[in-house]
Amino acid sequence: MTTADPAAPTLEVVDLVKHFPVRGIGARGVVHAVDGVSFSIGRGELLGLVGESGSGKSTVANCVMRLVEPTEGTIRLKGADITHLSRRALRPLRGDMHMVFQDPYSSLDPRMTCGQIVGEPLDVQGIARRAALDTRVAQLFDRVGLRDELRFRYPHELSGGQRQRIGLARALAVSPTLLVADEPVSALDVSVQASILNLLRDLQDELGFSCLFITHDLATVEYLCDRVAVMYLGKIVELAPTRELFAAPKHPYTQALLSAAVVPDPVVQRSRSRVVLQGDIPSPLEPPSGCRFRTRCPLEHRSAPTSHEVEPPLVDVGGDHYVACHLVGRGREAPSLLDPAELVG
Amino acid sequence: MSVLEVQDLSVRFDTDDGQVHAVDRLSFSLGEREVLGVVGESGCGKSVSFMSLLRLLPETAVVEGRAEFDGVDLLRAPASRLRRIRGRDIAFVFQEPMTSLNPAFKVGNQIGEVLRRHLGLSRGEARRRTIELLELVRIPAPERRVDEYPHQLSGGMRQRVMIAMALACDPKILIADEPTTALDVTIQAGILDLMRDIRERLGTAIVLITHNLGVVADVADRVIVMYAGRKAEEAPVHELFAQPQHPYTNGLLGAVPRPGVAGVRGRLREIPGRVPSLASLPQGCAFAPRCPRADDRTRSEVPELREVRPEHLVACFHPGPDA
Repeated sequence: MTTADPAAPTLEVVDLVKHFPVRGIGARGVVHAVDGVSFSIGRGELLGLVGESGSGKSTVANCVMRLVEPTEGTIRLKGADITHLSRRALRPLRGDMHMVFQDPYSSLDPRMTCGQIVGEPLDVQGIARRAALDTRVAQLFDRVGLRDELRFRYPHELSGGQRQRIGLARALAVSPTLLVADEPVSALDVSVQASILNLLRDLQDELGFSCLFITHDLATVEYLCDRVAVMYLGKIVELAPTRELFAAPKHPYTQALLSAAVVPDPVVQRSRSRVVLQGDIPSPLEPPSGCRFRTRCPLEHRSAPTSHEVEPPLVDVGGDHYVACHLVGRGREAPSLLDPAELVG
Repeated sequence: MSVLEVQDLSVRFDTDDGQVHAVDRLSFSLGEREVLGVVGESGCGKSVSFMSLLRLLPETAVVEGRAEFDGVDLLRAPASRLRRIRGRDIAFVFQEPMTSLNPAFKVGNQIGEVLRRHLGLSRGEARRRTIELLELVRIPAPERRVDEYPHQLSGGMRQRVMIAMALACDPKILIADEPTTALDVTIQAGILDLMRDIRERLGTAIVLITHNLGVVADVADRVIVMYAGRKAEEAPVHELFAQPQHPYTNGLLGAVPRPGVAGVRGRLREIPGRVPSLASLPQGCAFAPRCPRADDRTRSEVPELREVRPEHLVACFHPGPDA
């Protein structure tokens, strides 16, 4: 099925798996980068995908964009299955989804002028040529707040923030239904990040595209996204509307993550209690059996031995809130890591 | 009592694009047991100033001013004297724990080298002390880790090794340059706790160089905000966040999304424009081209630092919190 269904969500990802085989000296095996991830993004919705390094969030983005081939699972764009489409069959759909990368220094072709970079997708998709192309590119530069003369400059002549605006203009040139943004502001200075985030929000309001926003920064997600999915070691551990997730995080990992984020206010920051997780994220070559978070979970003594044997499914606990934890369920109060009574047997 | 007293520190580089003023007349003092936060964006001179104190910059750098430590001017002390101070009395922790450790040596040997060189310990003594240090920075199973190579450790663990190495000779000052920037938040929390712990237990004075206002809010006692090579503002941490005076500080505070504060569908405050090139600084205040409060005087005259509230310095003609 490759026909688009107007009522379907913009993006549906079902049981996505991506394994990378490793063959090297002394290391052999499979990196479980993404291990069964499902979510969907509605029309005009911004979904934040949060996780630490090695959680698999960027691999999800690359699978969605079909930059890497998924091992298993299904990816549907506007209802049409694109999981295994050939490059050729995928080409007309390329206009429907576009990506903005983290590093504005290496993701723009240094031999093209900024105008050519922004115009390229329009040209490739056959949307505009010559004079019409010039006009459209000029409009796009204006829309993302870049001076017109920058069309004739090369990327190295621009600052990081300006380059990221070029990245956005290029991504939005063909009016995609889905924008995938992988850490788009992480490489920028604080004072420049704000203007890019504001711009992204303005453009989204105006153009109404859906967005998969990938980041490690919780504050950015809270500012920008409608819903948030939290990933840990290749799995989604919690998925909820933004307000709900930040007000009442249920998964122990989400609670630890939220408590560890620093708030730029000494009064607030110094009165917060925080949970410091022991150890490091395990190797995705050999993820722990059962619950993947159990090796660092402060509540492991309560979930064992089940958590060692059974992998907790992502279940609906009510209010569009999904959690993958043996200790959390519908109608049950989620344990709080900040309550000392919970931490002793 | 201050352990370090810096007066009018300037750092210039001669480049093809002309003279670059990386640091311009920076003065500050560091108190005993104090955690001093130094905040600014890329190119503001925050790292360069501290590297220049230990004369770690290339020879093209022209460094002026005074930096008094333990009765010596670091900028004029003979090289032999400085070698004894570096790593022993004043220790550095860098941002990238992978590139600052030598991949070809076991971590134990790298820490041990510092101990044998500076304190003259034997191999056996150095090994014992190394294990103690790894314990101090809360590395699990230190007896085993001591014989591992850097690539066998995670990023957070490597940063702990770097801190252990810095603490090897019980330094009076620890200079940490973006120590948590390359780390995940859950790992960052542990490193910040460790910094606090070091100050409490060992009484080390700490300089924490960072671009992250949250990190400063968490551990610093006093904060210096730098912009384009100059000190824009300095104040005790609570004072700075409650009563920010410089428009740049105000801008930075408004530009970061805050958990629970921005609210869904609010807007972030933007600072228009970009950080100026140090090779072509504007004539007056370096922040003037981006400043909502700029006027003719700001654009022609460089504002000097002045004390506008107790212990609160600001270099601005129009100081005050944003309305």
